[in-house]
Amino acid sequence: MSAPRMPIESGVPDPFPYMHPTLKKNFGQWKYHDRPRPGVLHHVAKTGEEVWTVRAGTQRQMDTYTIRKLMDIADQFADGYVRFTIRSNIEYMVTDEKKVQPLIDKLQAEGFPVGGTGNSVSMISHTQGWLHCDIPGTDASGAVKALMDELYHEFTHEEMPNRVRMTTSCCQINCGGQGDIAINIQHTKPPKINHDLVANVCERPSVVARCPVAAIRPAMVNGKPSLEVDEKKCICCGACFPPCPPMQINDPEHSKLAIWVGGKNSNARSKPTFHKLVAAGIPNNPPRWPEAAAVVKNILGAYKKDAKDYERMNEWIDRIGWPRFFELTGLPFTKYHIDNWRGGRVNLNASAHIRF
Amino acid sequence: MATKMHNTPMLDQLESGPWPSFVTGLKRLANDEGKPYADMMKDLLGQLETSYTTRKGYWKGGTVGVVGYGGGVIPRFTELLDENKKPLFPKAAEFHTLRIMPPAGMHYTTDIMRKFCDVWDKYGSGLIAFHGQSGDIMFQGCTTENVQPAFDEMNEMGFDLGGAGPAVRTGMSCVGAARCEHSCANEQRIHRTLVNRFLDDMHRPALPYKFKFKVSGCPNDCMNSIQRADLATIGTWRDDMKVDQAEVKNFVNAKGRKYVIDNVITRCPTQALSLNDDDTLAVDNKNCVRCMHCINVMTKALSPGDDKGVTLLVGGKRTLKIGDLMGTVVVPFMKLETDEDYEALEELAGNMIDFFAENALEHERTGEMIERIGLVNFLEGIGVEIDPNMITNPRMNPYVRMDGWDDEAQKWFERKAG
Repeated sequence: MSAPRMPIESGVPDPFPYMHPTLKKNFGQWKYHDRPRPGVLHHVAKTGEEVWTVRAGTQRQMDTYTIRKLMDIADQFADGYVRFTIRSNIEYMVTDEKKVQPLIDKLQAEGFPVGGTGNSVSMISHTQGWLHCDIPGTDASGAVKALMDELYHEFTHEEMPNRVRMTTSCCQINCGGQGDIAINIQHTKPPKINHDLVANVCERPSVVARCPVAAIRPAMVNGKPSLEVDEKKCICCGACFPPCPPMQINDPEHSKLAIWVGGKNSNARSKPTFHKLVAAGIPNNPPRWPEAAAVVKNILGAYKKDAKDYERMNEWIDRIGWPRFFELTGLPFTKYHIDNWRGGRVNLNASAHIRF
Repeated sequence: MATKMHNTPMLDQLESGPWPSFVTGLKRLANDEGKPYADMMKDLLGQLETSYTTRKGYWKGGTVGVVGYGGGVIPRFTELLDENKKPLFPKAAEFHTLRIMPPAGMHYTTDIMRKFCDVWDKYGSGLIAFHGQSGDIMFQGCTTENVQPAFDEMNEMGFDLGGAGPAVRTGMSCVGAARCEHSCANEQRIHRTLVNRFLDDMHRPALPYKFKFKVSGCPNDCMNSIQRADLATIGTWRDDMKVDQAEVKNFVNAKGRKYVIDNVITRCPTQALSLNDDDTLAVDNKNCVRCMHCINVMTKALSPGDDKGVTLLVGGKRTLKIGDLMGTVVVPFMKLETDEDYEALEELAGNMIDFFAENALEHERTGEMIERIGLVNFLEGIGVEIDPNMITNPRMNPYVRMDGWDDEAQKWFERKAG
C-alpha cells in the first residue's frame, strides 16, 4: 500500500497571481477615491490610472451555478478578476468607465443588487445557523435573506447618515460580531439536561469551568454521574451547551431574539465601541422573522430621520441620549437594560447630565 | 431507492423577494439530476426544512480530518434519526465543511473560482460560502470519504486548510494597498507573514484556545480587528498628515463652509483642525489621533503621512466567557519596511503565542488571560516595555503595592534618555 499523500503546508496564498492587473500595477500607489453612484467606487492612482469597482450583494451561501454566472460576468466585463468584501459582497474592477453601466445593468438583470458602499446598509455579516452549525438557536442565511429583502432599498441607495453595518448571530457566542445593529439569539431558560447522556458525552470538569457564573456543579442524578445547574444563578447564556450537548439550551419557544445597537469597529471620530442591548423577547419566527425585521426597520427609521451626517448609530445616540432613543423608537426600557455584569457600573450615569 | 425532493413550504417562502436567494441555489443543486451532489442536497433541504418547522438544529460534531493535519475540517453528522436510529435524511447524514484559506485580500481569478466549482461539484455539495466569519472559503457539505480527495485537489491548486479549534486561526486582511489610498502598510505581507509563520500551530491544534490575527491598513479597521483579533495589526503614520491646500479650497468651494465646519472641523475628536479665513486647513498634528474621519471625508485633499507603520493591539474577542473585550495597544508604532522589521513582528507574535500557550487556562482567550493576570505581567512575559499609549488613564484606585517606585521611575528616565 502506498504511503498517504502528505499535505503541502502552503498557508495563505500569495494574492498577486489572483489580483486584477491594474490593482497589482498600482499596489501602494493609490491617490484618492470617490463614489460616482451607490455601489461604485472610483479609485485614481498616482500614475493617473483609474479603476472603477462595482460592488454587488450575494447570498454568501452560493451554489456553483451562481458562482459560475458571477464569473461569466467577470469575464465579460471585468478582465476575469473579482474580489470579495468582508461582508460577502462581490467586487468587479473595470478600467474603462464605459463598461461600468453595462456591468451594473447585467448584474441587476441577473438579480444581484448593486450597492453596499458609503452610507448605505451593507450586507449583514452572519453565521451558519441551522444549515451547518452544531449549536444554533436559529438560522442565519434565512434571517439575513428575509432582512435584506426588507432593506433592499437601503443597500442600493446611500441615504443613511453614515454607513450601517449589521450582524446576526445564532447563539450567544455571537460569531456574527459587533454591529451598528446586531440581531442575536438570547436564551431565556436554563438548559434542559439529559442526565442519561452527560457522563458519556461530557468532560464534566471542563463544563463546570465553562460557566461564566459558576452555576454548574457535578451531581449524581438517578444514580448516574451528571451535572446540575443552579437555576437561580444561571444566566441562560448557553456556554455549557457546546462542550456538553446533553445540556440543551436551544428551545423553540424560549430562545428569543435580542437586538443590540451602536457597535463600531472604526476609529473614525469616536473610539471603537461595543453594541448595547435595546430590545429582547422577540420571537424566533422563521421563515421571515417579521417581528425582528419590524424592530430593525423602526430603529433604522429613527436613525435615518434624526441623526446628523457622518454620525454612526452609537454617535447619534451619544448625542441625543438613551432616554430620547427609547422615546424615538417607542421601545420599552426595562430593568434588563441596566448592566449588572462585572464592570457594569461604568455604564451608569455618574453625573447630573440629564436632558429634559 | 432514488431520493425524492422533499416538500419545503417554509424554505420556499425565502425564494421570493429582491435579495439573491440561497434557497433557490440549494434547490437548483438538488434538482440537478445525475450530478453526484443532487441527492445530498435534496436531503439537506429536507433537514433544513425540518429545522425551520421545529426551530431546532440537528447537526453534531465529530472527528473528521485530512492526513497530516489535526484541524481545518468542521465535521457535521445529522442527529435527525428515525425510530430505528437511522438518519431521516441519509444522503445528507454527513455534511462536513472544509475551511480553505483565500488569497490575502480575497482576490480571485475567474479561472481559480471555476476550478473550485469543479472540485466541489465532483466531491462536495456544490455549495460554497464566500466567506465565513473566520475568513475562510467554506466548502460546505462533504461526505467523510470525500474530504481527503477534495482537499488533495485544492491543496495541489495551491490552497491550504485554515484553522479550527484551539489553534492559530485563519487571518484576514483588507484590500489595502491593492486598491485603497488610506493603506499605511503592506497588509497582505503582514497577513501572510503572521499566519504562515505559525502554520504548525494552525494545523496541529494544541493551544489553550483560538488565536486570531487580523490586519487593517488604517484606523478605519475594515477587518474589525480591534473587536475580533487576539493580535490586531492596524496601519497608521507618525509624521504629519498630508494636506493639499488647493484641494481643500476646492472642497470648501464645492460644499460650503458650514458643511466643512459641521462635518469635518467639529467632528475631529481632538479639535486638531481649524478652517482658516482663506479656506485652507490648519492641522495640529501633535494632537491628531489618526482617527481617519477628515481623511475619509476629504479624500482628494487629505491623506496619511509618509512615515507609515502599524499599531499592534492584543486581546480582542467576543462574549464568552467574561464578556466582550476590545484589543488594547501593546505597540503604539512599529515600522514595517525591511525584512528585519518583519522578522521583529514575527518574533513578537511568537512570544505572544508562546506566552499564551504556557499561561492561558483551557478555553481562555488572550484578552481574558490579560484580564486575569494584568497587562504588565503579559508585557513582561513577551518582552515589551510599558508605554503611556497603552492606557486611557492611569489607575484610579490605591490598592497596589508601590515600594518599587524609585526603581521604576529610574527605568523610565533611562529609557527616555536612551
